[in-house]
Amino acid sequence: MKHCLVVDESRVIRKVVCHLLAEMKFYAEEAEESASALTACRAQMPDVVLVNLGNPGGIELVRALRRTKSEKQPVIIGTMTEHDVDHISEALSAGANEYVLKPFDRDTLKEKFVETGLM
Amino acid sequence: MNAAEFAYLADLLKRRAGFHLAPTKTQLAKSRLAPVARRYGFRKTDELFAELRDAPEDLARAVTDAMMINESSFFRDKSCFDHFRGVVLPSLLSARATSRRLRIWCAAASTGQEPYSLAMILDEAKIAKDWRIDLIASDISGFAISRAIEGRYSQYEVQRGLPAQTLVRYFAQDGDQWRISERIRRMVSFRTFNLLDSYGWLGEVDVIYCRNAFLYFEPLAKRACLKAFSQVLADDGYLALGASETLEGASTAFAPDDASVRGVYRKIRRTARPIALAS
Repeated sequence: MKHCLVVDESRVIRKVVCHLLAEMKFYAEEAEESASALTACRAQMPDVVLVNLGNPGGIELVRALRRTKSEKQPVIIGTMTEHDVDHISEALSAGANEYVLKPFDRDTLKEKFVETGLM
Repeated sequence: MNAAEFAYLADLLKRRAGFHLAPTKTQLAKSRLAPVARRYGFRKTDELFAELRDAPEDLARAVTDAMMINESSFFRDKSCFDHFRGVVLPSLLSARATSRRLRIWCAAASTGQEPYSLAMILDEAKIAKDWRIDLIASDISGFAISRAIEGRYSQYEVQRGLPAQTLVRYFAQDGDQWRISERIRRMVSFRTFNLLDSYGWLGEVDVIYCRNAFLYFEPLAKRACLKAFSQVLADDGYLALGASETLEGASTAFAPDDASVRGVYRKIRRTARPIALAS
């Protein structure tokens, strides 16, 4: 079972996304902000990290993850609202693999996972 | 809209576009035609339906146009584009190595996502400069084609099917929309074209993309179009239909190219025509 970490300030968003991930047969964990996310990743690197790039420290988390020495590099997918799309290029150069606009449904998430080789 | 008005609309679409409007589509018709009704000064969409029978040519055309807009997305049915990149394009580049000319036609291009997807693949393939590549995109809907020419897409349109790297490489942010790069846009020539009209303008093509348009065609119209396709397509050319479309009962001129890729066909080669060389 693949392991996904969901990083988002919003508890509601985390719950909804974790539910989608469970339906997609992913083991989902959540973190509220970047520091605890990074700690969790250092303890056990997930296969994929979904990071809200609109949250403070979102982009920095992407950079920190790419600097982290680990046996495997996770797929990093930035989540954002329509108003944050300025972050797309920045997130890609920081090391993110893909982005997904919120709100997203299972099909959209699945498409991004297929695109990045997770499914 | 009463039954007679619906029947008239269905007949209008059948006559003008070979389109089969299923009886369940009243809601679709209402939502598609509401903007047309407003544009032509009707207070209610129902008033447009009531007067459709006496509609002048430009209103009848606007109604057909609005009903024909098909949903589209970049790299829709990814396997079809992977097959184009990995099989169709290399095979044609080798077959046309002497003429160095390739002609690709998107026959139901809608709002441009399909021809632009092909243009991006052609760009990535880094084909030598001395090739002449025509990428022709047409659609019955003038509205769709004008959007295609604009090349502007919403966040949600670019999210579907476009990998992030491809997005930032080929699109520029333009307010809350994304605009396809001028270089890619210029690779495609657009025009409005009804598949039931004469194909004289087109000439021979090596590839035809016509995906998900026949789903709504009357059987006779579909058969006529496929016959025309077989006439304009080069003998070793390819035809791409939608993944859920079939040729059964409509054409025997094409055979599946690869059983694992749904919707991609090649023309079946007939025995050599005796006067082919003399013409």
